[in-house]
Amino acid sequence: MSISQLNAEALRQSLEQLARRHGIQQWDLGASCSDDTSVQVDRGEAKQMKAAQRSAITVRAWNADGLVGITSTSDLSAEGLERALVGASEASAFGNPDDSPAFSPLATAALQPLEQPLHEPVNILKLLDTLKDAERDLLGRHEAIETVPYNGLAQRRSQRLYLNSDGAARQQAMTTASLYLYARAEQSGRKPRSAGAVRLAYGAGYLDIAGCIDEAAERTISHLDYAPITTGRYTCVFSPEAFLDLIGAFSSLFNARAVLDGVSLSRRESLGQPLASPFLNLHDNGLHPGNIGASSFDGEGTPTQRLTLLEGGVLRQFLHSEATARAFGVAPTGHAGMGAKVSVGPDYFEVEPAGSTTASGGAAGLDHRRHQGPLVLIDSLSALHAGVKASQGSFSLPFDGWLMDGGQRISIEAATVAGDIRSVLNDLIGFEGPAKVTPDGVCPHVWVEGLSITGEA
Amino acid sequence: MTITSTRAGDPAHQAGDALSAGFGSHWSVRLEPLLASGRKAGADLVEVFLERTDHLGVLAEQDRVTSVSPAFGLGAGIRVFLGSRDGFVSTNDLSDQGLQSALEQALGMLGLQIEALGRSGGGVGFDGLPSLRDHASSKISWLAACPDLAEASSKLLEGTARLERHGHHLQVRRGSYSRDWQEVLVAASDGTFARDIRLHQSLGLNVLAADGDHRASLGRRYGTTDSPDDLRRWDADASALEICDSAATMLYADYVEAGQMPAVLANRFGGVIFHEACGHLLETTQVERGTTPFADKVGEAIAHEAVTAIDEGLSSGAFGSLSMDDEGMEPQRTVLIENGILKRFLSDRAGEQRTGHARTGSGRRQSHGFAAASRMRNTYIAAGPHTPDQLIASVDRGLYCKSMGGGSVGPTGQFNFAVDEAFLIENGQLSRPVKGATLIGEAKEVMPRISMCANDLELAAGFCGSVSGSIFVTVGQPHIKVDSITVGGR
Repeated sequence: MSISQLNAEALRQSLEQLARRHGIQQWDLGASCSDDTSVQVDRGEAKQMKAAQRSAITVRAWNADGLVGITSTSDLSAEGLERALVGASEASAFGNPDDSPAFSPLATAALQPLEQPLHEPVNILKLLDTLKDAERDLLGRHEAIETVPYNGLAQRRSQRLYLNSDGAARQQAMTTASLYLYARAEQSGRKPRSAGAVRLAYGAGYLDIAGCIDEAAERTISHLDYAPITTGRYTCVFSPEAFLDLIGAFSSLFNARAVLDGVSLSRRESLGQPLASPFLNLHDNGLHPGNIGASSFDGEGTPTQRLTLLEGGVLRQFLHSEATARAFGVAPTGHAGMGAKVSVGPDYFEVEPAGSTTASGGAAGLDHRRHQGPLVLIDSLSALHAGVKASQGSFSLPFDGWLMDGGQRISIEAATVAGDIRSVLNDLIGFEGPAKVTPDGVCPHVWVEGLSITGEA
Repeated sequence: MTITSTRAGDPAHQAGDALSAGFGSHWSVRLEPLLASGRKAGADLVEVFLERTDHLGVLAEQDRVTSVSPAFGLGAGIRVFLGSRDGFVSTNDLSDQGLQSALEQALGMLGLQIEALGRSGGGVGFDGLPSLRDHASSKISWLAACPDLAEASSKLLEGTARLERHGHHLQVRRGSYSRDWQEVLVAASDGTFARDIRLHQSLGLNVLAADGDHRASLGRRYGTTDSPDDLRRWDADASALEICDSAATMLYADYVEAGQMPAVLANRFGGVIFHEACGHLLETTQVERGTTPFADKVGEAIAHEAVTAIDEGLSSGAFGSLSMDDEGMEPQRTVLIENGILKRFLSDRAGEQRTGHARTGSGRRQSHGFAAASRMRNTYIAAGPHTPDQLIASVDRGLYCKSMGGGSVGPTGQFNFAVDEAFLIENGQLSRPVKGATLIGEAKEVMPRISMCANDLELAAGFCGSVSGSIFVTVGQPHIKVDSITVGGR
């Protein structure tokens, strides 16, 4: 693996010279580069080994009227840089005078330190051996597990920076690694079943490989004994991963850009109003140690921070870029991308019961394993890109899960869960167990009253 | 190695000079030594994919252009095969040094080492590149002939203005335009040496209608390939009228009642059902993984006899059409299913090697950052003998799916897709509109249930994301009837 290097000072000098040459007074730049290696295997053999060296820059230029233009490129040559800057300057003629971004006032504020150890990359042939071993182990867990059709072990060394013509200079380097194992199992006369697991770490040598194999095996085997479910309304228990996926799909509820654009279910005046059950707290915290690969600053250079979105079910704050924050009269929150129209997005959700007493967190003693009467445990949701209508609040999603009844569990053959996100948030019954740290956030199991399940029975 | 220095003599600088002339036949001088040294190192085959791109995105909201996002780029993907294995390296560095480094890395993945680079084209089993097969020579002017930023912005604003004229309760009106120009060169040690220029333009209109608690969001996307004048010919008024009619219908629609029922799926983007439920399972990447139930079914019935399905890259102007695939092969018209019988799989270079299914000109990738894989192009169910009304009249109680959203298929063949606009069918007639439906099922089970095809085949542009990234595709079908399918809803 070669090591990409972004030379911030050389980039700054180049941009300053080019800006002077073209009469551009105000500019900023986001740049990133990465070296990736990854392997895939298929029944003991290498399937594909890949490596990539990537680089990209995005340049913004402001014209004399204060309008901004943007151009992106992967060409970091001198010609590429000049073409990007000139292109951005030309595009600024089409900037939106009603909503023009400016530099973040926090682009030079102190950053929160992140504990992100840098690790040397592992040789790709070593990665291959590791993944072969993992596949072999997983295939040996049950005779029905015939293949692991989706698998991968990858590592990345990356660097990103933000510069602007006012002197802001942000830079971050990190190493990350990921492992995914998605097994397929089939028994005679029965339909194939599949499930998987993912692990992230700051280096390939630090991945929880055994845990990933255990989880993939356990989940896959647990779906072998399946049956169709009767269509109806059920109490549902969302796994931490599933609930975080659902919240993420409706993150426009908390997104100031979406509010200003009129595509969020929330409005300006929703702040301070109840949105969810009073025992729900929701934070966005990109700085959480479980957020492997966290960014210490956003696309505008604003520091990443922990932000309370829901407190006791009441909407407290929105996620902001510089422009949306200015429109709301608040400070940017560190959730911006980089663009002529700057996107806003969440980093890493924390879902927790409100307050410290059991009662304030909803029903006490919830345990889906001991619950009497049928309930549906939703393990993972699919097709969120197609089945979520965020601006309507509705969803209808295929899922993998189990029908639980009196301590018995049976995998559900094929089914969808449908509802309205506002109803879900208000019909929470409570939380079960400790919060689980996942790649997408932190969350306990979440119980929800009466959702519509469509099955094939 | 990514270099940000702008010093004279910088390798990236040299690459920039060479690129100013595009990917012409002069590149053989630089690529032949690479291919030769890869073969000398012991590789069965070495393939180099070079790419230049130029993108323009424009977004108009209400009556303003709110975002303009130009982008351009370049890169190379080098793939080395040894037996059934392959190594793939991509880079943005097109200097000699950058390409050689990428080749060495790809060879190293397979345990091979490069020898000293010679300047001659010959190598073990490699006799140099032939004359360039240039599909791009007639397309050089395309980029310059496309609408510029001002013209594209003006056309989009015309679209959002038409939405305002025709719509009611429209809270959000959006128009988006995307122009993707790509020049590619493929050179391989088997003698492949071909260039192409591709041009894809797409245009979308979206609305959010809101009235009290009632909300409906709807969109339409149009797309063509290889037609610089496409945006100029766009009938903004007709598109706006169609979307506004749909929004007005769906704004007050009830949520669909869930259950098993027959369904009639409209033509054009209704073809996503075949794309998701069956098309992906007929790609050799799925055969390699063991994730298709049809792997050993060639010559057997896998669908109702009413179904004939085709994948091709030839239809004029269609979003999935191409002069050559991303492995330099000219596309074919591939009959996948004929009268219910499975005929062929879609195959790329690796698929042919690993599964034995002959290449079909279906090796496709999003960019140089992905190795090519067997992917769909223009995929559709052929027209049948019936009228759409006959299909609807044959259903006592069911669902008419007028407009589809996206979908996906899982590793066990389970598919799903969302329905954006639907009507109940009662006693053979369309009745009230319903929303919130998701159709799910298994490919093996649903294909035999497509029992009627109408005579109104039409295609629609779309995007497909899979192992080799997001690519331009066409889906299509006539109106079809599915005898029974699971409709998820409330």
